[in-house]
Amino acid sequence: MAIPKKHQDEHSSFLAYKNYRYFKLFLLLCIVSTTLYVWFDFTPARNGGTWVGYTLGIIGALLILWLTFLGMRKRWISQGRWSLKGWTSAHVYLGLSLIFVATLHTGFQFGWNLHTLAYALMMGVIISGLFGIYFYVVLPRQMSANRGEMSQAAMLDEVANLDRMLRDAAQPLDDIYISKVQNSINKTKLGGGIFKRISGRNRKCTTHAATRFFREELRRADNITHGPLLDLLSVLERKNALLRQIRRHIRFRALLEFWLYFHIPLTFALLAALTAHIISVFFYS
Amino acid sequence: MSKTYDIAIIGSGPAGLSAAAHAAKRGISHVLIEKAEHLSDTIYKYQKGKHVMATPDQLVLRADVDFEAGTREDILQIWDKQADTAKINIIYNAEVMEISGTKGGFSLKTKSGKNIKAANVVLGIGTQGNPNTMRCEGGDLSHIQYQLDDPSAYFDEDIIVIGGGDAGIENALGLCADPDLENRVTLLQRAPDFPKAKSANVKALLAAKNDGKMDVITQATTSSVEEGFINIDVKDGTDRLPCDRIIARMGSAPPRKFVENCGVEFSSPDRLAYPVLSPSFETSVPGLFVIGALAGYPLIKHCMNQGYDVVEFISGNVDLKPADEPLLAAKFNKLPGQHSVSEWLEFIRTKVEIFQALTPLQMREFMLDSKVHIKKSGQTIFKRNDIGASLFSIARGHVNVHINPDDFSKTVPIGEGEIFGETGLISGRKRNATITAAAGSILVETPRNAARKLISTVPAVKKAVDRIATERQLLQIFGSGLTREDLRTAIDDAEISTVKAGIALITEGDDDTDIYIIQSGSMVVEKLIGDKPVFLSYVPAGNYVGEMALFEDGRRTASVKAAVKSEVIKVKGAHFEKLLSENPALKDKIQDELADRRAMNAYVEGQKSNFSSVADLHGARANFLIEQGLGEATDALLIDETLCIGCNNCELACAEAHEGISRLDREAGTTFAHLHVPTSCRHCEHPHCMSDCPPNAIHRAPDGEVFIDDTCIGCGNCQRSCPYGVIQMQKTPPRKPGLLPWIFFGIGPGPGQASEKWVKKKLATQKNDAPKKAVKCDMCKGIKGGAACVRACPTGAAIRVSPEDYLSMSKQQREAS
Repeated sequence: MAIPKKHQDEHSSFLAYKNYRYFKLFLLLCIVSTTLYVWFDFTPARNGGTWVGYTLGIIGALLILWLTFLGMRKRWISQGRWSLKGWTSAHVYLGLSLIFVATLHTGFQFGWNLHTLAYALMMGVIISGLFGIYFYVVLPRQMSANRGEMSQAAMLDEVANLDRMLRDAAQPLDDIYISKVQNSINKTKLGGGIFKRISGRNRKCTTHAATRFFREELRRADNITHGPLLDLLSVLERKNALLRQIRRHIRFRALLEFWLYFHIPLTFALLAALTAHIISVFFYS
Repeated sequence: MSKTYDIAIIGSGPAGLSAAAHAAKRGISHVLIEKAEHLSDTIYKYQKGKHVMATPDQLVLRADVDFEAGTREDILQIWDKQADTAKINIIYNAEVMEISGTKGGFSLKTKSGKNIKAANVVLGIGTQGNPNTMRCEGGDLSHIQYQLDDPSAYFDEDIIVIGGGDAGIENALGLCADPDLENRVTLLQRAPDFPKAKSANVKALLAAKNDGKMDVITQATTSSVEEGFINIDVKDGTDRLPCDRIIARMGSAPPRKFVENCGVEFSSPDRLAYPVLSPSFETSVPGLFVIGALAGYPLIKHCMNQGYDVVEFISGNVDLKPADEPLLAAKFNKLPGQHSVSEWLEFIRTKVEIFQALTPLQMREFMLDSKVHIKKSGQTIFKRNDIGASLFSIARGHVNVHINPDDFSKTVPIGEGEIFGETGLISGRKRNATITAAAGSILVETPRNAARKLISTVPAVKKAVDRIATERQLLQIFGSGLTREDLRTAIDDAEISTVKAGIALITEGDDDTDIYIIQSGSMVVEKLIGDKPVFLSYVPAGNYVGEMALFEDGRRTASVKAAVKSEVIKVKGAHFEKLLSENPALKDKIQDELADRRAMNAYVEGQKSNFSSVADLHGARANFLIEQGLGEATDALLIDETLCIGCNNCELACAEAHEGISRLDREAGTTFAHLHVPTSCRHCEHPHCMSDCPPNAIHRAPDGEVFIDDTCIGCGNCQRSCPYGVIQMQKTPPRKPGLLPWIFFGIGPGPGQASEKWVKKKLATQKNDAPKKAVKCDMCKGIKGGAACVRACPTGAAIRVSPEDYLSMSKQQREAS
């Protein structure tokens, strides 16, 4: 829906916050740090030890600390006119600006040492963050479309409801059929480990197996069992479709979380490496 | 010969008991005669555990027995004890059949043949003593009962409850409340709906029906009862239902026959009329007094005060002032001149047009809720766009309405005896003009609830207020072009009606020219494109629709239908057609003002062939939002699902900002085309939750937010009244450790609403017997920065909107598309 002007500032994606304020800041930081780096000639080499190097290093370290603070800001619901959307926007663009600030700080002097480890960890954080941005931008719309007008709880309620219908539909059938239905009711698993959730499917899904089984049985059924089997299968097909929908939902949720499993631990590793880097530079140089 | 008492009091309800207690205290010889074998039969027959309210709050209780809000059991226990200690002379199981004699020598005959003599008689028999009974065949069978004491006393029975009033509904709900008892409950109601019951009860009933907990059959009458079955006539034939027990709650009638036989006159032949009484509660028979519900006062506090007062009057204290006298005196004491309370009341009543039909008792009651202001010249009373719903009456002086927001000097006066502020009161929307006072004006400000009660209970007040509202709206449509005199016939002809949601007021293509003023609710304007209605705009209460046809060729160019149940005033167009044809200059002037609206219609008309899918989606979404109740919202939380990552930080923020309980449920609620309406307060223009709050704890703050204050008693009425399910009954959870201890050491449950498990564990070590209270969104009132849910959304998915901004397709968007 088109939004009246009054609300346009409020209703925008975090990437476009306040007319791309932080994207502009990102560009400025990139230009300034590149200019500093290129403009001034240092011999024998451009590196972290020059005054430009120190300046970029200080900016970079402060940025890293501030970026880390987002985790706290998110949960610290204090009074005042802050907007977490604004913080997210700044986090994204300023985080990306580190690619320039920190890389130029290194003067491209890489080696098998602590300093490069800190740099590598930082790049790891940024790359995982890029995945985050991608997922945050792309997935909500897909997740909403997949869910339609149902909530997660409503979908799970519907599974229970279909299970009840399955039980009723299986009543008139033989024991072997009933045991297949019971497998679907009792042994269908949703969720699981992170990789299973991200895959969005379950190869050993008992409902899926039961559906295939009953499709086959229906083809071979005689006149007497055809009716009850058809009733049962129609419920099973519904459950199967619903399970696919739920697994897709779980997959989206898992993806929205998954990158954080890298982003957060890498951040803490980075903080440790950064501290060691700073201490070693000041004490041993 | 037995002794002659000074006072015989018949009926030991709140009124009679209070009278007897006061007589006992003053040492007056008295007797309290009770039909049943216990005190206060009406309250005794309330459902077990029922919460009894002590309204109106501001009324002072003046009685020698105590009373405050509490459970039926507590109240009865206190009264039994106090009746005992006060040494009230009570005769139980004595039903008075006849009163004869005159003042000084009444003779009371009871059913058992006993004769009691008394100088004065006080009737406090209420109206509940004789329930309407079943008169059909089998109506005397033993499984029919007219009360329900303990709804959990029955097990595995087919129970039929007859009557859709509050008593019937409360009984039926009580019976099906515990599914373990396996009762099958059916409620029969004669009417097609439930006009006599409180809306909260009706909602609870329909919810129980929808949940399959009970059955409800409307338009049903009983034709006969037999052992094990009941036969009923329904809309489309007859039915026979299994039935182990019938609970008939078909109301009760004032025992008019008995009272009239005593020689007492009634105010009219109407079935619900009350006896004619003097200010000291004396009937047309000297020495015979009537108090309590039978005198027209169903509230317990009123009844108890009257019991006290009547004994004072009988014992000769004719100067006794009512219990509320000091409160009223305090309201008037800052006014100039040394006048008594009754003089001031009379002054206001005779000066202000809308109060003229009130009785002195009604004046007292609404003045208790009202404030009296004396204003200096130029003092502002309220400003344009203020939130406020109180009604002002001018008892002396006048006020000036600043009609033009850009030119403060332009004013229109409102004179002595008139009212203002009625638009805010009726529509629930912001004030539409700034008003300042003239020197020495005396104004009476009546808050929303008291004013609405006055309007709904006294027809003459409603008529006067509607008339004024209509006149002012019409003057606004026609600007300064018409005078009040011109409008007189049009207003005399105006009709008020209620329009159900979805019903069309105006149909496109019709050739009527009537104007509709929207008193409450809201409308949507639609235009048919092909066969599809396309949403044009949203019109909230306090505005008008339908005036276009007057200035066009007389055909309706768009349809207008009610978004929610609305009240409208219809003013016949014919009057204006005549006025305008006599005054072409006025017609031209108004036509200029309507240019923008015409442009919108022309635009839609021009786009008929290729109406864009954007506008189509806009219309579909607007309809969805209106279905979700946004039509009556003033500020609602929406979630744009194309941005929502489902992190629930909005809920976390809400809980952090409000004592650990989130007032919104993000995931619940409905979604349409990626727009999600979560379960969260919409701050309705006429909040349903406010309609039935015993301690009057729900208010609208100056910025429009509807909030619940600390006086909440936890009765749950608001929760039941809210159609959107946004109110929860919650205990304040124990305090959590702060954020830093959690981040660094993992102490406590972390930010957001603590899990039930943590709360339970915590409560095991500390006592928390605080009652549950109602909690709901207060739009983070008083919190700097505003709504925490919106501030804490990391992606910008959570937005707060008001429907006027969001639903109407502005000119700018038309140009854009």
